[in-house]
Amino acid sequence: MQLTMTVNGEEVTAEIEGRLLLVHFLRDHLALTGTHWGCDTSNCGACAVWLDGEPVKSCTVLTAMAAGHEVRTVEGLEQFGELDAIQRGFMECHGLQCGFCTPGMLMTARALLDLNPSPSEQEIREAISGQICRCTGYATIVRSVQWAAAEEAGARTSIIDAGTP
Amino acid sequence: MSTEFVDNDRKPVGYGRMLRKEDPRFVRGKGRFIDDVQLPGMLHLALLRAPIAHGRILGVDTTAAEAHPKVKLVVTGAMLAERGLAWMPTMSGDVQAVLATDKVRFQGQEVAFVVAEDRYAARDALELIDVEYEQLPAVANVRTALDPAAPVIRDDLAGKTDNHCFDWETGDRAATEAAFADADVVVSQDMVYPRVHPAPLETCGAVADYDAVDGGLTLWCTTQAPHAHRTLYALVSGLPEHMIRVISPDIGGGFGNKVPIYPGYVCAIVASLLTGEPVKWTEDRSENLTSTAFARDYIMHGELAATRDGRILAIRTRVLADHGAFNGVAAPTNYPAGFFGVFTGSYDIRAAYCAMTAVYTNKAPGGVAYSCSFRITEAVYLIERLVDCLAFELELDPVELRLANLLRPEQFPYTTRTGWVYDSGNYEATLREALRIADYDGLRREQRDKRARGELMGIGVSFFTEAVGAGPRRDMDIMGLGMADGAELRVHPTGKAVLRVSCQTQGQGHETTFAQIVAEEIGIPPADIKVVHGDTDQTPFGLGTYGSRSTSVSGAAAAMVARKVRDKARLIASAMLEISVADLVWDKGSFAVVGDPTSCVTIQDIAMHAHGTGELPDGVEGSLEAQVHYNPENLTYPNGAYICVVDVDPDTAVVTVRRFVAVDDCGTRINPMIIEGQVHRGLTDGVGMALMEMIAFDDDGNCLSGSLMDYLLPSALEVPDWQTGFTVTPSPHHPIGAKGVGESATVGSPPAVVNAVMDALKPYGLRHADMPLTPSRLWEAMRGNPQPPV
Repeated sequence: MQLTMTVNGEEVTAEIEGRLLLVHFLRDHLALTGTHWGCDTSNCGACAVWLDGEPVKSCTVLTAMAAGHEVRTVEGLEQFGELDAIQRGFMECHGLQCGFCTPGMLMTARALLDLNPSPSEQEIREAISGQICRCTGYATIVRSVQWAAAEEAGARTSIIDAGTP
Repeated sequence: MSTEFVDNDRKPVGYGRMLRKEDPRFVRGKGRFIDDVQLPGMLHLALLRAPIAHGRILGVDTTAAEAHPKVKLVVTGAMLAERGLAWMPTMSGDVQAVLATDKVRFQGQEVAFVVAEDRYAARDALELIDVEYEQLPAVANVRTALDPAAPVIRDDLAGKTDNHCFDWETGDRAATEAAFADADVVVSQDMVYPRVHPAPLETCGAVADYDAVDGGLTLWCTTQAPHAHRTLYALVSGLPEHMIRVISPDIGGGFGNKVPIYPGYVCAIVASLLTGEPVKWTEDRSENLTSTAFARDYIMHGELAATRDGRILAIRTRVLADHGAFNGVAAPTNYPAGFFGVFTGSYDIRAAYCAMTAVYTNKAPGGVAYSCSFRITEAVYLIERLVDCLAFELELDPVELRLANLLRPEQFPYTTRTGWVYDSGNYEATLREALRIADYDGLRREQRDKRARGELMGIGVSFFTEAVGAGPRRDMDIMGLGMADGAELRVHPTGKAVLRVSCQTQGQGHETTFAQIVAEEIGIPPADIKVVHGDTDQTPFGLGTYGSRSTSVSGAAAAMVARKVRDKARLIASAMLEISVADLVWDKGSFAVVGDPTSCVTIQDIAMHAHGTGELPDGVEGSLEAQVHYNPENLTYPNGAYICVVDVDPDTAVVTVRRFVAVDDCGTRINPMIIEGQVHRGLTDGVGMALMEMIAFDDDGNCLSGSLMDYLLPSALEVPDWQTGFTVTPSPHHPIGAKGVGESATVGSPPAVVNAVMDALKPYGLRHADMPLTPSRLWEAMRGNPQPPV
């Protein structure tokens, strides 16, 4: 079947098998290998991407279901050569070790901060509870998200100070 | 040796907190993991696995699969047998089937493979292979594996008439029996360390690319030991070793799961040889959980002998070890039970004895994995649970009992009754630091108040000593390969450097830590040092990353090679400054004339001179580079004290880990941020193993834990915010005093969690219940019916 969708802001048209999973479409067809494949059962969250701004687990989403919709992956977080605050937070607070869960964690955490700019520790833990990390023990991931929240709060304050609406 | 640097700002080159060099690629999704490798013309391999645990193969019909339009190749065990490749050696002197020929011996065993144009087609074709089995009774219960009536699993071994794998013993049996006979008190306890699985988030896989023109094989592979794998492939396949290049790209977690050679790797190589195309194999989660290296699976009977006032005299234990269908333990040859021999723990014990029997069962092979430091997880769990059982019987505080028996600083180096030479430690100070951070007395007061209100709060303590950094090549090898590691350092003319090491990072941050080690030694900033690893064509020989051996062996090699470069730099500096070597003083990357700090040359000046046209001292060649091969004289012995605080819901038996304090002594600390991260990971493992994780089987040998819906791993909601602390007792024989820390918390934390739960349930009169302490299992225990999980 032929379909069209938007991936990281660019329109993509492809001819695919109807059963193709979104994670494999992104990885094998578009070479966006930042999205990882970890468990097949929606448990680990390594494959989390955004579908119309909502995190979904792309190992259990058919590519066809994304037709006509907007997909964003970890490769789309960096804008104009600037890392997103959540990416910097993970580096600053040692929120990653092997890096395999990181793209899914980043997408979920970014979505959380968009909804809730100053989440509590418990809110962060609940938001990432659908993601497994085998390396960090989660505490540094929580700190990374808090770092990004504080960074953005600071940035907003300075924009306001400068008189920007 | 002073080693404490809170922040790298205080010491701009060398040790201290420093952000990781690896991270910029990972936060952009630009890591390169095995499944990210794409080569032109690459084909995809899928493995057909046994649906039953034990059965004779009567026939395999591949006709329909071969007719699939996208299928390029179908291979069975019989076809591999024709090439002499149906069996391969394991790392423990046993053999394992690459593809089954006669029988299948565990559910999930490899039976055939398909190579197709894409991964979906390869899976489709597996469905078209028809295998006829004669089902045989399975040995799923390790306790009955040696019954005379049990079916013999390994009838491939000549003359094999039972399921016995090996016997092993250590210690002095007679002395131990004498100590037990004299003791006031003896506590004995059966305990099970269940089968668990490392479950790295990235599963195993390989891409094999054989070039028929030059006869070279390039294998991208999820391996923690690329050099050892290359040699083993050469020995088994007959391919010349210099034509095999093993590349271990970014690894999405290993934890010992990626040490063995799996049939899938061999099949990918065979497939590339036969098709002439690159072939990728990536296993799915179920394949990873059901067929690759499990961990633990020890059934232990432990006994402590003590005086009435709490002086521990002796320990003895019998162990029944489940090794699965093939003995696939990846441990040094002379250590079939790994380093379980350190089961005397951190205490001054006068006599010790262990007798172990290992058996075959119809389960997946493995045994040494999941950050166990070669079975020290099991050893520490045994002694730390026994000490709590003794405290229970003597009605002593478990901390007081430990303090009365811990080894004292002046006893180091200390030789245990089982022959291990502990290098250094200050155990009491370490335990007291944990008590201070946790406010142990305050916790006990809180517990008393809560008990009075009927609430179940528990405080669990553990103290562990690890033996890591295998190892001295005089008695440690893997399949004949001595466990020493190389390192090579090149300083380029402009003073930037490249360090090449044989070990392989799986998230531990070697690219950062190893650059810091070199920076500390030669004063080149870590940012100017690239660490190359994970490619056998680009790095010197060494045995890889497992058993917390990277810093303790390869890290030592990195320091030694940097010192060798510095020694050469000193000679060149003396020529540049026209002064004798004895009149030079080294400080932060430069050599200066004694008493005249303005007359100096930096390591960067020296590097340019070494590569330039200037005069060099007699006998000194140009360039600034060196290579070493480091053979450790002893293991290093990191240790630590852990305190866990839990609440148990009396109505549901749900355990909540509320606090966890971990104080680790890993000797010299290179990057505290990375050390803390390593500790956090292991603590999470400990909570998972103690409360959730187990690879279970039914009576027919069907694996009941083949997905992450059934094999539960901790999420962010099951673990607390960790509190860490440290003491620093450098290793006296390690070049920089570092001991290794990657597995400490996985080793030390499970008994702390279980001790805490048992402490919470003291009002129930319960002394022991086995892991995993799931609500249903704990509920039964609280009602007076604790059951072993196997």
